[in-house]
Amino acid sequence: MNKILLIIKREYLTRIRNKTFILSTILTPLFFIALIGATAYFSNSNSEELHIGVYDESGLFTQKLKSNDNIRYTSVPQMIYDSFVMKNPVDPYNGVLHIPVIDVEKPSGIEYISDKQLGIFSQAQVNDDLNDVLEQERMIRANIDTVKLAAIKLNEISISQKIVGDDEDSKTANAAVSSAIGYISGFMIYFLMFIYGTMVMRGIMEEKVSRVAEVMVSSVKPFQLMMGKIIGIGAVGLTQFLIWIALAVVGSIIFGSSLSPQHMQQVAEAQQQAKGVAVANLMNDVTAQVNVPFLIGAFVFYFIFGYLFYASLFAAVGSAVNEDPQDAQAMMFPITIPIIFSIIVMTRAIGNPTGALAVWCSIIPFTSPIIMMARLPFGFPGTVAWWELTASVVCMIGGFLFTTWLSAKIYRTGILMYGKKASWKDMLQWVVRKS
Amino acid sequence: MHLLELKHIRKHFATQKAVDDISFSIETGSIFGLLGPNGAGKTTLLRIITGIFNPDEGEVLFEGRKFDPAKDVSLIGYMPEEKGLYKKMKVGEQALYFGQLKGLSYSEAAEKVRFWFNRLEMNTWWNKKVEDLSKGMHQKLQFIITVLHQPRLIILDEPFSGLDPVNANVIKDEIFRLAKEGSTIIFSTHRMEQVEEICDHIVLVNKGKKLLDGSVHEIKQEYKEHVYSIELGASSSLPVDTDIYEIISHKGSRYLFKMKESHSGNEVLDYLIRRNIPILSFNEVLPSLNDIFIKLVESTPASRQFETVS
Repeated sequence: MNKILLIIKREYLTRIRNKTFILSTILTPLFFIALIGATAYFSNSNSEELHIGVYDESGLFTQKLKSNDNIRYTSVPQMIYDSFVMKNPVDPYNGVLHIPVIDVEKPSGIEYISDKQLGIFSQAQVNDDLNDVLEQERMIRANIDTVKLAAIKLNEISISQKIVGDDEDSKTANAAVSSAIGYISGFMIYFLMFIYGTMVMRGIMEEKVSRVAEVMVSSVKPFQLMMGKIIGIGAVGLTQFLIWIALAVVGSIIFGSSLSPQHMQQVAEAQQQAKGVAVANLMNDVTAQVNVPFLIGAFVFYFIFGYLFYASLFAAVGSAVNEDPQDAQAMMFPITIPIIFSIIVMTRAIGNPTGALAVWCSIIPFTSPIIMMARLPFGFPGTVAWWELTASVVCMIGGFLFTTWLSAKIYRTGILMYGKKASWKDMLQWVVRKS
Repeated sequence: MHLLELKHIRKHFATQKAVDDISFSIETGSIFGLLGPNGAGKTTLLRIITGIFNPDEGEVLFEGRKFDPAKDVSLIGYMPEEKGLYKKMKVGEQALYFGQLKGLSYSEAAEKVRFWFNRLEMNTWWNKKVEDLSKGMHQKLQFIITVLHQPRLIILDEPFSGLDPVNANVIKDEIFRLAKEGSTIIFSTHRMEQVEEICDHIVLVNKGKKLLDGSVHEIKQEYKEHVYSIELGASSSLPVDTDIYEIISHKGSRYLFKMKESHSGNEVLDYLIRRNIPILSFNEVLPSLNDIFIKLVESTPASRQFETVS
């Protein structure tokens, strides 16, 4: 036992002291903050302001096209239109919209002439603006009172959800918030499992290639060496995660006090405009809506056991290959399939968290770390039933014990095998053979 | 007293019999040579002795009782042929780490590491990374790691490969000293001149089988071919017309001859003295281990390639 501790200590300390660890721990959150900030900034400040000249031969649109923040419409004489056609743009116009005499019921032939193409959003905007005017015109012709219609359309409904369950203080649920937390947790587990799983694999390959493995196994049991490495690297991952949690808490306290609510509102709007995740809103809703300590606890559990489950498999691969990184890639492939499959299932599980696919994939240990973390934000107990979570936890622990047993068998033999890489058949023999 | 006894050890891998019924024993405090061409099964045998592998059949006795890898591992120091250390780790830290893995406490390990670093003049290396060491320095560090915990049995697989003559001598002296202080040493190599110089007792294996077992002296006696060399006084020559011996070669007045069966050295001397031929020197030429090694290995059918030693 003492020897495992020594190995864990070495694996942990050499990595924690490494510059790469320190940099990645600090830079990853900064990167995400920068990403969110950048999307907010770019969607908020509209880079393109168009000034469009309207040459209206039909007379239907004159003075009716409403300018807005992005596009300004000005009526122009034929002269300017001609100039654009002759490839002579006229300032301050970006282009000219030519509206010939048209049939209101079947409009066609409207053109935009410019030396520069319209962006996809601007084009949609112009279409909308034209259609609005046309719609008004048609309503007038059909004798519909537009003022009345506007009054009728006012105050549309937006439903709010109330989830009732055994829990007494059932909360108002916001599907968007749950989805967002589900996505974030699922993806974080995915990245952590992948990054630290492959780190285990590379560490073992390095020990094998540098032949230090043979010196080690003359002092400790191969199983101790393998578990020491897996646990040591897992502790590094956990440390990194806890540092991020701490940074997030500190950050939200600092930002929460310094940012005015107005500012937050702006950011939130920008986010919604960008059709992205309403992170700022979410931050307000999260604490009100979900049980954060429970989720963090569940996250830590699924991270630890999901990691242990896959890291053992990665360890087996690392012990079975030699110097050639391509061999490692090929052998890693069957392990990465269920992880990638989890991500695909995750999007469906978030769309329908109580569906059969979501429920079963959150119990099977190959997919459960990601899928269960995607489902849990939708409510426990409730969306995720007691028996589901229990079954998932039990299967996860059982799965981890199984992969560790399996990998230890492969590792024990593989670590001392040099020369050609092991085939699947060889590895199966190592597992079946008695010690 | 035998420190280690191997009894009918067998180990089969999927495709080959790596070790096929090998038995031998090693005296406490002796330097034991395990010889054999590449692929003979030496490494497998060493891995069985160190407890890395379990034999399929047979047993290993350590000081008369059954060898228990979990407990006895701290009594053994193993330096594999393929030397390996953590490249990114500092020299001092690495030595401490391995010392602790062998069961030393931190302070014991630190004390021992300092002692050995002093001894082999490595004090200035403490904070160097292993990847910055030369091959010879690497080897010295590996040696220290092997013997740090004062093991009863030290197993050295090709300990001199990559060492310059000066450093090889330093290590050789340490090996002698450790043996004198009571450690038993298993020494595995292809370099026969080193074996003759260092080892008391040798075992030669090939293709998983034991070919030879005995002290260096005994073996040489056993494989001697009754060849003698003689140097005569100037302008004298060795008579050819005799049935006592047969001349193999000569250079000036130095002759190499093979004794014919059932004759002895005394008869030759007697024969020459009677003819009044002046003798400057006379001695028996024993075969080198190298010759015995090559002869035995080559006579094993379908022996695999191995490095010949110049």
